[in-house]
Amino acid sequence: MKKLVYAEIEGKSKGFLKLAVGLLAMIGIGLSAAYYMEHNGHIVTGMNNQIVWGLPHVFAIFLIVAASGALNVASISSVFGKTAYKPLAPLSGLVSIALLLGGLSILLLDLGRPDRLIVAMTHYNFSSIFTWNILLYNGFFAIVIVYLWTLMEGQYNKYSRHAGMLAFIWRLILTTGTGSIFGFLVARETYDAAIMAPMFIVMSFSFGLAMFILILYASYHWTGRPLGISTMKRLKNLLGVFVAGVMFLVTIFHITNLYAAEHDSVEHFMLSGSGYAFIFWVFQIGLGSILPLVYFYHSRFKDQVKYMLRGAGLVILGGFSQLYVIIIGGQAYPLELFPGYEVSSTFYDGEVAEYFPSLPEMLLGIGGIAISLFVVLFAIKLLKFLPISLADEDVDPHYKAKSTD
Amino acid sequence: MTQAKDLSDQSRRKFIGGSVGVAGAMLIGPGIFLHQVQAKPDNQAVTNKVRWGMLVDTNKCATGCDDCVGACAKENGWANETGPNEVNVQWIRKVDLKDKKTGREASLPVMCQHCEEPPCVDVCPTGASFKREDGIVLVDKHTCIGCRYCMMACPYKARSFVHSPVENHDDYMPRGMGVVESCTFCVHLVDKDKSPACVTSCKEKALLFGDLNNKNSEIAIRVANENSRQIRQDLKTDPGVRYQGI
Repeated sequence: MKKLVYAEIEGKSKGFLKLAVGLLAMIGIGLSAAYYMEHNGHIVTGMNNQIVWGLPHVFAIFLIVAASGALNVASISSVFGKTAYKPLAPLSGLVSIALLLGGLSILLLDLGRPDRLIVAMTHYNFSSIFTWNILLYNGFFAIVIVYLWTLMEGQYNKYSRHAGMLAFIWRLILTTGTGSIFGFLVARETYDAAIMAPMFIVMSFSFGLAMFILILYASYHWTGRPLGISTMKRLKNLLGVFVAGVMFLVTIFHITNLYAAEHDSVEHFMLSGSGYAFIFWVFQIGLGSILPLVYFYHSRFKDQVKYMLRGAGLVILGGFSQLYVIIIGGQAYPLELFPGYEVSSTFYDGEVAEYFPSLPEMLLGIGGIAISLFVVLFAIKLLKFLPISLADEDVDPHYKAKSTD
Repeated sequence: MTQAKDLSDQSRRKFIGGSVGVAGAMLIGPGIFLHQVQAKPDNQAVTNKVRWGMLVDTNKCATGCDDCVGACAKENGWANETGPNEVNVQWIRKVDLKDKKTGREASLPVMCQHCEEPPCVDVCPTGASFKREDGIVLVDKHTCIGCRYCMMACPYKARSFVHSPVENHDDYMPRGMGVVESCTFCVHLVDKDKSPACVTSCKEKALLFGDLNNKNSEIAIRVANENSRQIRQDLKTDPGVRYQGI
C-alpha cells in the first residue's frame, strides 16, 4: 500500500461548471418554492389539517437519517480500525455534514414561521425530543468538523480515533432521537413503538451508505481518478448487510403489531388495504430492498459496478418510500378516539386522510438535496478530501496477497 | 345609653339578617352559587387551586346541532375560513358516534381536552404550547414556530394549523398564518368570570363549565356523583373535559 495523497479536484472542466450551475439553479428553485409557500401559506401545498407533515418531511428526514449513516465509513476506519476504509474517512465526514445541512434546510423552510429560527435557538423545552434533536444536530456539526480536522491536519491525526469515537457515539444518539420523534407519539397507532429508534439507526446505516457510494463513484468517475473494484465491493457488501438489517427490523415491527388484535385494523391498512401498502410492497420491499440484494449478491450481477450503483440507487428509492409510508401513511390512518364506535365529523374523524403532494413541496425537497450535493462539490474543490487514487493497488491492504496467488 | 342600645340592636339585626340570608341562600338557591364561575381578579396571577373543566352530557347533545361550533367560530374569529374543508381550522367539531355492536347513536363536541398531562406541551420544542396553572392549555402565538409536532402528538386531533393569511382577528384572540391554534376554553371570557362561548350557546344545556377543584361547584358535584369518562382515558393524559352517556 502506498502512502495516500489527498488533493482537491481541479474544478475547471465544463462538466464541473455545468454541475455547479445546475445545483445552484435547483437550490434557487427550491428557495423560490419555499418563499411561495411561506408567502401564501401552506394552503398551496398538499398538506392540510389532517396530514400535517408532508413531502418536505420525507425529504428532510431522509437526508437527516442518511447524514448520520454516511459517517459510518469514517467510523469503521477510526473506531473499528479497518484500514481499508481510512482513505474514505474525510469524504464520509463531509457527506454526513452536507446531508444534514440539506435536510435541516428543508425542515426549517417548511416551518410555518421559518423567520422564527432565532426563537427555536433560544427557547428550549427539554421535555421535547425536538429540542434535543436541535441540540444533537448542532453538536453533530461541531463534532464532525473537529473530527474532520483531526483526519485532515497531519499534526492532529493522533486525536482522530478519539474524535471519531465521539462522533460515532453522537451519531447513534442523534438517530435515536430522530426515530424517537415517531416512537414517542403514543397517540398514533402507526408510531408509538420503541423499535422506531433502532430501526431508524439501521435505516441510517443503509440510506447513508447508499448516498455515500453514489457520491464517491461520481466524484472519482467524473474527475477521472482511479477507483478500485475492491473498494466498491467492500462498500456494496456492507450495504447489503444494512439493507437486510432494515428488512429484519421492519419485519419484527409488523409481526409484533400483527400479534396484537388491537392493531389488526392498522396493520391491514398499512400492509394490504391502501395505496401505502402498494408503496410498501412494491417500492420499499420489492424494488428498494430485495432487488438491491439480488444485485449485490447474485453471481450474475455481484461484481459489476453498474449493478452496485443501481442497487445503491434503488436503496435510496426504497428509503424514500419507507419514510413516505411511515410519515404520510402513519398520519393518513385515522386516530381512534372512541374505540368500538363508528365515528364521523366535519373534521374527518374516522376517515382515512387524503394527501396529494404539490409541486412546491417537491421542489423544496429537491432543493434540499441540491444543497447537500453543492456543499460536497464546493468542499472537494476547496479542500483535500479525496485521495488522488483509490485504485486497488493503492488502498487495498490485501492487494499484494491477492496478486501473488 | 339609648343610642348605644340602638347600635347594639342594629348590629344584632344585621348579624341575624346576614345569617338568615346566608342560610337561606344555601338552602334555597344552591344553583345560584354553584353555577358561578369563580374567576380570579385581573390583578392576581392564575393559580393551580383552580382546575377548569367541562362536562358534556351526550344524552342532551342533539345530533345535527352545531350551535357550539358556530359560537366558538364567531367568538374566536375562525368563522370565515375560505379554504378547502380539510385545510380549514376547527377548534371544536361535532362528532357523531354509533356503537358498532348495539347501534346506539350519540353526538358530542370534541375540542382541546385541556389535559393535565398534555402531550402537545411535552413535545413543543420552544415551549409555545403551555398549560396555565388553572389547567387551560394554550399556544403562545409569538413563540410558535409552526413545526406542527403538537398536532402529531395530540390524541384528540384538537389542533389546527393556520394555512392561509388571517385578516381582522380580534385583539383578545390574536391569530396568524403559520402557527398552530386550538380551543382556549375562551380564556378571555373565563378570566372575566364568564363561561366559554360554546357553553352559553348550548340551548340543550349539554355543556357545563366550572372549577373541578372546587368541591361545591356544580361540575365537581356532578362528576363526583354521576358517571362520566374522558376520551382515551387509557393514555392517562387526564383531560379536563369529561363526557356522560358514552
